[in-house]
Amino acid sequence: MAINTEKNSYTILFSVIMVVVVGSILAGFANGLKPKIKANERFEKQQNILYALGVNENEGPNDVAFVPTDRVEQEFEKYITAQYVIQGDEITENDEAYLIDIKKEENKAKDPDYTRRLPIFVAEKDGKTLYVVPVRGKGLWDAIWGFVAMDASMTITGVYFDHKGETPGLGAEIKQRYFMDDFTGESFLTGEAFEGIVVAKGNNDPKNQDTTDNEVDALAGATITGDGVTAMLKKDVRMYVPYFKSLK
Amino acid sequence: MGLLSKKESKLILDPLADNNPITIQVLGICSALAITAQLKPSIVMAISVVFVLGVGNVVISLMRNVIPSKIRIIVQLIVVATLVIIVDQVLKAFAYELSKELSVFIGLIITNCIIMGRFEAFALGNGPWRSFLDGIGNAAGYGVILIIVGFFRELLGSGTLFGFKVLGDSVEKTGLYAIGYENNGFMVLPPMALIVVGIIIWVQRSKNRELIEEH
Repeated sequence: MAINTEKNSYTILFSVIMVVVVGSILAGFANGLKPKIKANERFEKQQNILYALGVNENEGPNDVAFVPTDRVEQEFEKYITAQYVIQGDEITENDEAYLIDIKKEENKAKDPDYTRRLPIFVAEKDGKTLYVVPVRGKGLWDAIWGFVAMDASMTITGVYFDHKGETPGLGAEIKQRYFMDDFTGESFLTGEAFEGIVVAKGNNDPKNQDTTDNEVDALAGATITGDGVTAMLKKDVRMYVPYFKSLK
Repeated sequence: MGLLSKKESKLILDPLADNNPITIQVLGICSALAITAQLKPSIVMAISVVFVLGVGNVVISLMRNVIPSKIRIIVQLIVVATLVIIVDQVLKAFAYELSKELSVFIGLIITNCIIMGRFEAFALGNGPWRSFLDGIGNAAGYGVILIIVGFFRELLGSGTLFGFKVLGDSVEKTGLYAIGYENNGFMVLPPMALIVVGIIIWVQRSKNRELIEEH
């Protein structure tokens, strides 16, 4: 080889060329696949919202099966009758409200001058009007989030939870049927006051037969994740209370 | 042999058995424990590593005479990182559910010692074709173990394969469950993967005693 590969100038030249080549390859890939990835993320949100509503493909008692991606958009349009964005006292209809990034809104809301945008989805299912709201909070290791479907009196009809990195077998169980199904029937209100729902240890009601106690049974070994769910529901659903009051 | 000479086929076949990266060299254990709770992610992971190592080895081999030796590790790292990002993006675009399941472990292919190990030990000193075979062979050796472990963990831990209930329904008590069989919940946890890998190592070494290290 004629080139002296040990010279500093050669090393620098080599690195520069390498970075440019690698950079353009990756940029090309990222750009080419972006629409598809974005669509997947959109479908996932629609699937999650529909799942909270109880629109799913569950067969067995342990299944968490979403509406398949090729049908999810039609199903979403069929059930979701309106999407609103609540910002302070203003409520505007917005067909892309479900694409609002809750995490970004949370960060922006740290600025006291900013009024947080709160998306809410109104759905018609089996002749009833249901409302789905997104929630987001912290688990033990990382973010947890989900969607809560409820009726006008803030009684839960279904939930969907997901997490980024909770412990498999422990905290990660929040996305299992036996945990999520427990929430159904519980109400966020006690009388007229907002109380939230507590993921409680030792509430002695693993099948959740008592739906008036504002409690669901906790997961053993996942105290912090469970507390995270409690805090997430309290903090995020509370913001929608004025909206639900206005419905009456 | 038509396509491959004897030496070349040895490059592919050796890592599958007698020089397996996981069971003999004990590399790449981390991901082997993490993602083998089910068969499907194990297979996707195996394919991803075959792609990264096969292509990566060829790229490094083609560049082996022009890479400044001072920065060769960084260059190798960039090549792995690029390929891994491509795999990650492709999975996100075409197998979104799976990419969520594998989450961070696709990214962690970068830190899989098998890959940098093969770049450094083989691709830097051999031609592209031989490097390609070596890459495919080693990645396949890794993948085979992943798939074996994934097969047993999903079968014994969840009673399913690819999500199909092959042993009957554990809730409605059909099939094997009707006669009192229970899933072993321990199988889905990572420590059990280590034990399964250990059993594979044991079986392999008791069949071929030359593999037993003497210390």
